[in-house]
Amino acid sequence: MRSKPTRASSTDVADAVGLERDLRLVGQRVIRHDARDKVTAATAFAADWAMPGMLHGVVLRSLYPSARIKNIDATRAASMPGVAAIMTAKDVPRNTLWTDVPGQTTAVGSLRAKLHVLAEDRVRHQGEPVALVAAETEEQAREAAEAIAVEYELLPGVFDPAQALEPGAPRVHEEGNLLAHWRVCHGDVAAAFARAAVVIEGDYRTQFVDAAYLEPESGVAWIDSDGVITIRVSTQVIEHFRDVAEVLNVPQNRVRIIGTYLGGGFGGKEDVTVEVYLGLLAWKTGRPVKMVWSRQESLLARAKRHPFRLRYRTGALRTGQIVAQEIELLADAGGYAYLSALVLLYATVTAAGPYRVPAVSVDARVAYTNNVPTSAMRGFGAMQVVFGYESQMERVARALGLSPVEMRKINALSRGDTLPVGQVVDTHVALPELAERAWAALGELTPPRAPHVKIGRGLACNFQPYGRIVWLHDWSSAWVGFEMDGSLVVRSGVPDVGGGQASSLCQIAAEVLGVPLEQVSVYIADSALTPLAGTTTASRQLYMSGNAVLKASRELCEQLLKAAAAVLGVDRDAVGLADSAVRTADGRSLPLPELLHACSRMGVPRSHLGVYHAPAGEPVDLEKGAGKVFPDYTYGAHAAEVEVDTETGVVKVLKLVAVHDVGRAINPLSVEGQIQGGAVQGLGYALMEDVVVEKGINMTTSFASYLIPSAVDVPDVRAIVVESGEGLGPFGARGIGEPPIGPPAAAVANAIEDATGARLSVLPLTSERLARALGLM
Amino acid sequence: MIATFSINGRTRDVDVQPNQTLLDVLRDTLGIFDLKEGCSEGVCGACTVLLDGRPVSSCLILGLSARRRRIMTVRGLAGDGELHPLQQAFLRHGAVQCGFCTPGMLLTGLAFLERHPNADRAAIREALAGNLCRCTGYAKILDALEAYARELNGRG
Ligand code: FES
Ligand code: FES
Repeated sequence: MRSKPTRASSTDVADAVGLERDLRLVGQRVIRHDARDKVTAATAFAADWAMPGMLHGVVLRSLYPSARIKNIDATRAASMPGVAAIMTAKDVPRNTLWTDVPGQTTAVGSLRAKLHVLAEDRVRHQGEPVALVAAETEEQAREAAEAIAVEYELLPGVFDPAQALEPGAPRVHEEGNLLAHWRVCHGDVAAAFARAAVVIEGDYRTQFVDAAYLEPESGVAWIDSDGVITIRVSTQVIEHFRDVAEVLNVPQNRVRIIGTYLGGGFGGKEDVTVEVYLGLLAWKTGRPVKMVWSRQESLLARAKRHPFRLRYRTGALRTGQIVAQEIELLADAGGYAYLSALVLLYATVTAAGPYRVPAVSVDARVAYTNNVPTSAMRGFGAMQVVFGYESQMERVARALGLSPVEMRKINALSRGDTLPVGQVVDTHVALPELAERAWAALGELTPPRAPHVKIGRGLACNFQPYGRIVWLHDWSSAWVGFEMDGSLVVRSGVPDVGGGQASSLCQIAAEVLGVPLEQVSVYIADSALTPLAGTTTASRQLYMSGNAVLKASRELCEQLLKAAAAVLGVDRDAVGLADSAVRTADGRSLPLPELLHACSRMGVPRSHLGVYHAPAGEPVDLEKGAGKVFPDYTYGAHAAEVEVDTETGVVKVLKLVAVHDVGRAINPLSVEGQIQGGAVQGLGYALMEDVVVEKGINMTTSFASYLIPSAVDVPDVRAIVVESGEGLGPFGARGIGEPPIGPPAAAVANAIEDATGARLSVLPLTSERLARALGLM
Repeated sequence: MIATFSINGRTRDVDVQPNQTLLDVLRDTLGIFDLKEGCSEGVCGACTVLLDGRPVSSCLILGLSARRRRIMTVRGLAGDGELHPLQQAFLRHGAVQCGFCTPGMLLTGLAFLERHPNADRAAIREALAGNLCRCTGYAKILDALEAYARELNGRG
């Protein structure tokens, strides 16, 4: 049943699990407060900030991917006009940051990875930060940076993860080039292959991709009147105040991060960006400092999505039932570890797809190279593998003469199944329904425009964890309180990356506390003034902080209603909050401000701090398949229709339908936006985006050479929101930030095969690659 | 040198360096932050302003070339406390996520629809080719612009 063309809510699924329907604000297409500020350009992004006497900071970066630094001479630069400070590694109180890389196989052992704030005696990738300059103007700072004489001795480098793992390869780090190695062994794989009627082998490659948020990394730092180093910055993680404190060797409570509304993050602002450099320069000069990275600098040096090589061997019975998956993954970490080991873990856990496969082996490695580092990006390792497992699903289906939808229905996970890592699926999996609806929504087949134009269709499904790994013991907190006039304040340390994170919190609080949305103000992302809420990553913020706000609001509601019952002389059960008043069962009402004054007199607090702890668990040995890794997963299905010009190999995506079971759409407008935007990023990944790195040198350091989709490159994505109510978030919501980026590449590759018979296994799916596959060149 | 600019209907005398881009004059010298800098190479459209009613990438042109011409930024859109109908359409249709592209999208869309009020979705799509958005996938921005076009035509 469809209520509106863009929002088909799924009554059958919802009824099956009893979705709470009696809500006033949750589930409404509300206009976000931040959108109001953004259409008038009232929002002050990180770079839209200036302070009296402010300096401008720049980073001098390595020209070479692998070199020894023999000497740095900054004497001439230091005497140039306007220069206030120059810093190199020796000026940084703690220049080396160590992190524990988690959960290695015994072959690798536990590893501590190091990262230098500024390069010491060697550089490991092009663009690695070497020195900092602060000057009166940005131009002066750039000129001075160019005048710093760095003497390099070039060293041999390694630029391919497979070569990096060969004996005798140049070592990127002394400990060796294997950064992480995960293995899964589930069932008897050899025996399962022996039973298989078809065995399909595939060898896939994915590329480096940039997050390419429109807002480059930026911020302003100053030492506030209380002596606290204060950094106003575009970040997904305000908890980086701890990193800044460590680098400066000051107590953590002497650094404050004020997170701005971000101009996009997509994982690229999860690691530290400008904040440590800003902290250093403000600390060194005692003056406010601004740092804004240029687009070219961001494309050159910021961490990318990992390129993967994915080898799949898939065995299936004649019925279409997959019985075995043998998977080998190899990823490129670039010059430093960042989050590579975790990205690989996500890939390992999800490598066999949202399917019931009795025998699975996964062997996954990530290696250091002298390429640009790779780290978090939307999808976080659970993305690359979709291209692998969904290409395989399609090929098996073709070999057996099954339709794409049938193939998914036969193999889809359902509640009670066990994933290869031993995690039992304990929430509803709507995959068969999602696949069916995506496929059906493609509608009539578009007739080809010309005889040499072929039309094809493809399907791809995925599942993406939301919430952090259970053994990280994730938590979030939020404060909800009334002012005396009945207006409501929400405080939570949530960075808002543009997905409506802050606004959803307002909706939840207003829902529970019976006030109009306009009565709510929200303060977010200030490490000094808002209760910490953790990172805006891993599709976790609505789930975690939404639950924290829900908890705080419910407990506050309870607190106030008890007081109201006392004031009105009725039972607690006879009162409720609605329309900014207390309402009694017998029709009386007490305006909220009166209740709040009464609370004041009675010493009843008008606020509550809610802390939500996610279900936690102990680390599991993936190899032994011991249990839960993630709290839950979001499932999706995308169907694509493409047009292929068989004379040129040019592919045009005509339709893309993206269906996700989001559990519950708190604000359907935002949910659809996440789905459409994520799917279009997925189409960029499928068709055009490619950070070209040749022998460690980045060839795509401008928006003219690194192409992301414009309005004319992509169709309107049709988003279909399914609400099973089965999520762990507030009101049954699941995370939807990352999931929609996963399926498009495989859906398009499958559609290309449908149209032409040609199977492309290297991303992006360019016209050149297709022309070659079609024998045109 | 001192040059005279007309910005959102107000005249300002500004000390401008001959090599300064219009973007730098507006953002750095005047502190007008309602245009954004996304690439400085004329590709992303985040720095769009209207010059005599036509959208330009302010990172590509010199500040001095905008002297005595009508410069309009997003703040010139809304009346006293009243949002422009196009801004309202952006809100209603959920066309704003991070909002970094929004000023450029609003101005490019407005300038185009004022010249081509009968434009269909395909034509509006073409008009947006020079304004990148990384968040929305464009569909809701197009929804908003199409709705505004209908309003202009009294078909709202
Ligand atoms: S900043 Fe001018 S077009 Fe990107
Ligand atoms: S809304 Fe973020 S770039 Fe368009």
